[in-house]
Amino acid sequence: MKYIDEYRNSEIAAALVRRISETVTRPWVLMEVCGGQTHSIVRYGIDRMLPQQVELVHGPGCPVCVTSLEMIDRAHAIAQRPDVIFTSFGDMLRVPGSRGDLLTLKGRGADVRVVYSPMDALRIAQENPARKVVFFGIGFETTAPANAMALYQARRLGVKNFSMLASHVLVPPSIAAILQAPGNRVQAFLGPGHVCAVMGWREYESLCEHYRVPIVITGFEPLDILEGILMAVRQLEQGRAEVENQYVRAVSRDGNRAARDLIFEVFEVGDRKWRGVGSIPKSGYRISYEYREYDAEKIFEVDAIDTHEPPQCISGLILRGLKKPCDCPAFARQCTPQTPLGATMVSAEGACAAYYQYGRHLDTDGRAAEDCAASGGR
Amino acid sequence: MSSDRTPFGQCPLPINQVSQVLMGHGSGGKLSAQLIEELIVPAFRNPELELLDDQAIFSLGASRLAFTTDSYVVTPIFFPGGDIGELAVNGTVNDLAMGGAHPLYLSLAFILEEGLPLTDLQRVVESARRAAARAGVRIVTGDTKVVGKGSGDKIFVNTSGIGVVPAGIELSSARIRPGDAILLSGTIGDHGVAILSQREGLQFEGEMLSDTAPLHDLVAAALRACPQIHAMRDPTRGGLAATLVEFASRRHLGIEVEETAIPIRDAVRGACEILGLDPLLVANEGKLVAFVPHEHSERVLAALRSHPLGRDAARIGCVTDSHRGFVILKTPVGGERVLDLPFGEPLPRIC
Repeated sequence: MKYIDEYRNSEIAAALVRRISETVTRPWVLMEVCGGQTHSIVRYGIDRMLPQQVELVHGPGCPVCVTSLEMIDRAHAIAQRPDVIFTSFGDMLRVPGSRGDLLTLKGRGADVRVVYSPMDALRIAQENPARKVVFFGIGFETTAPANAMALYQARRLGVKNFSMLASHVLVPPSIAAILQAPGNRVQAFLGPGHVCAVMGWREYESLCEHYRVPIVITGFEPLDILEGILMAVRQLEQGRAEVENQYVRAVSRDGNRAARDLIFEVFEVGDRKWRGVGSIPKSGYRISYEYREYDAEKIFEVDAIDTHEPPQCISGLILRGLKKPCDCPAFARQCTPQTPLGATMVSAEGACAAYYQYGRHLDTDGRAAEDCAASGGR
Repeated sequence: MSSDRTPFGQCPLPINQVSQVLMGHGSGGKLSAQLIEELIVPAFRNPELELLDDQAIFSLGASRLAFTTDSYVVTPIFFPGGDIGELAVNGTVNDLAMGGAHPLYLSLAFILEEGLPLTDLQRVVESARRAAARAGVRIVTGDTKVVGKGSGDKIFVNTSGIGVVPAGIELSSARIRPGDAILLSGTIGDHGVAILSQREGLQFEGEMLSDTAPLHDLVAAALRACPQIHAMRDPTRGGLAATLVEFASRRHLGIEVEETAIPIRDAVRGACEILGLDPLLVANEGKLVAFVPHEHSERVLAALRSHPLGRDAARIGCVTDSHRGFVILKTPVGGERVLDLPFGEPLPRIC
C-alpha cells in the first residue's frame, strides 16, 4: 500500500539496524514518548532487532492510560444520568474507574456511544435537543484541535445541549517531570511526531538546552522509529543535545498555526493529574472561562470522588521509564487487559497492554524470560 | 509453561468471575472460547462435540454425515456485498464444507422483531433462496418467531445444515502435523471492513464489499487435487488470527506465519489503518485456511488458484515443532511477535 509499505521495508530496516550497531559504542537508554510508537515497536519486534547497548523504555504518551481515575469516575457519574448521552472515543470505554467501566455501564442501560470524532458528538447533540450530550475530550495536543473545533462550532451554531468533559494532557511538562524524577535513566527521547505536527518543536528546544538531552521528533512506522533511534544514538555518541526532526513529512518547527490558534481559543493551560504519575503543574488543557457553559465539569455536579489504585501496580515507574512491564510481578498474572490494575494496562497503547497483546508474557522457547532479564538486569 | 495450561494461553479471568454475558462472549476471542470450554462443553461432553470443529461428523449406516448450526445477528442486515439471508446460507454451507462435506439440506429459522418491514423480510428470504440455489442446497425446514419491539434487533437468523462426507476425506484440526503448509484462499478482512464502513457511515475510497460466498466448490476442487489435506477452517469472526491461535493452542502445535505473505486488499488495509484495526482479527465470510501436507502444498495451491474464489490464494506459513501452542508472526521489517487473541472484540457484532 502506497505511503505505508515504503516505511516497512525490511531491507532498509536491516540497513538502519546495521548503522545503529556501527554507531553505538556504549549503553544508552532511549524513551519513545508516544503510545503509538510503543505499539509499533512491540508489534514489529523493533526492540529485539536492536544491538544490546540500545535499550528502549516506554513513555507516558498514551492519553487513555494517563487519564486520572477521578476523571473516569466523574465520566461514570455523568454517563449514569438518564438525561445524558455520553460520547467517547472507543478505547476510553473499557478503562476501569473505581466503579467499573463505561462499557459495563452501557450494558446496564446508560446511553453511552462511541464516536470517531467530537464533531459526531456535536451532531448527536443537534439531533437530540431534549438530551444533554457530553463528549469525553481526552488526548494530548494531537486531539486538542478537533476537540476545540467541536466546542467552537457548538458555540457558533448555538447548540446549548452539548458539553465536554475535558482531560487534555501535554507532552513537554511530562518530559520535564521524567527528567526531574529521582533515579531517571532516560538519556534521549524519540519525540511525539503527531503532537509536534500540531505544536511544532520550539517548546522542545528549551528542554534540550535545560536538561542537556537529545530529542528526535519521530514518526510511527517501523522505519521512522529505526531512523529516529539512529539519530538519537548519533547525538548521544557525539555529545550533542538538540532537537532533530526525523518526521519531516509531517512536522515543521512551527507546527500548525491554525490548529494552535483554535486550541487557545477554547482551552487554557492548567495543572493536571496523571494516572500513575500524580499531579504535574501546567501539564493539561482545561476549558477556558469564555467557554465555561460547555464545560461538563461545571455543568454536572459530581459528589466528592474518592479513588485508590492497587498498591502492587508499578505503572508510575513504567511511565517514567524506570521499569518495564515484565519487571512487574503482577504483569500477565493478576494484571491483564481484562483485569488491569493500572494505567499502562488499560489501553491498547499502554506499554503493559502492548507487551501483553504481542505475547511478551508467553514463554515461547524462553523468549519472554530473555526479555525480562534484558530489562531488569540492566 | 505448566501442563495444566488452559487452551488459548492463560485464562486471566475465570468465567465464574464474570457475572453476566458481555459482548466479548460473542467475539470469537478468548471470552468466547472460555464460555464454550468451561460452560457448554462440560454440560454435553461427547467425542463429536469435544473436537470443537465447525461441524460434527458421525456415521449413519454406510454414510458419514456432517451436521452444523449457526446463528446470524449481523447489523446492518443489508450490507455492501450481501445481506443476512445470504450470509446465513453461505455460513452454514461453509461450516459443512470445512469438514469436507458435500452440503445437502438446510433449515432456516427467523426471529423477527415486531415492526420489521415485510419488504425487508422478503428481500432476506429472496437472497437466502438465491444463495441456496447457488450452493445447490435445499432449505427443507424452518421456523418463524416474532418478539416484541425492542426485544430483538430487526431479524436474527439460524440455519442448520446436513451434508455427506465422501469416503476417504478426513478433515479435522486433530490431523494437523508439524511440517504442514498453511494456505489461505484469498484476501482477508473484506467482510468485517465492509460491515464496519456501512455501520459507522465511513466513506472509503474504493468499494468495500463483503466476501460472503459458498466455499464447498472450492473445497471440492482442493480435495480433488489432494484428498490428504489435513484440515480446513473458514476464518470468520475473530479473523485469521482466531483460527490460527485456536489451532496452535488447542492442538498444541507451533505455527509460523509470514505477515507479508497474507493477501490483503489495499482498501481494506487502508481502512484498518484508519480505524486502528488489525486485519488479522477482522471477520471473513468467503475464505478458507487449509493445512496441507508439505509435499502436496503446491498442487493444492494451484487448485485453489484455478478456482474463481481462490484466485488470490497464497501460502502464508507452516506448522512447526518448536514454540508449540503459539503462533509466531514474522513482521514485514524482519522482527517477530507472538500472535494472540484479544479478550473480547473492540467493536459490536459483525457476523
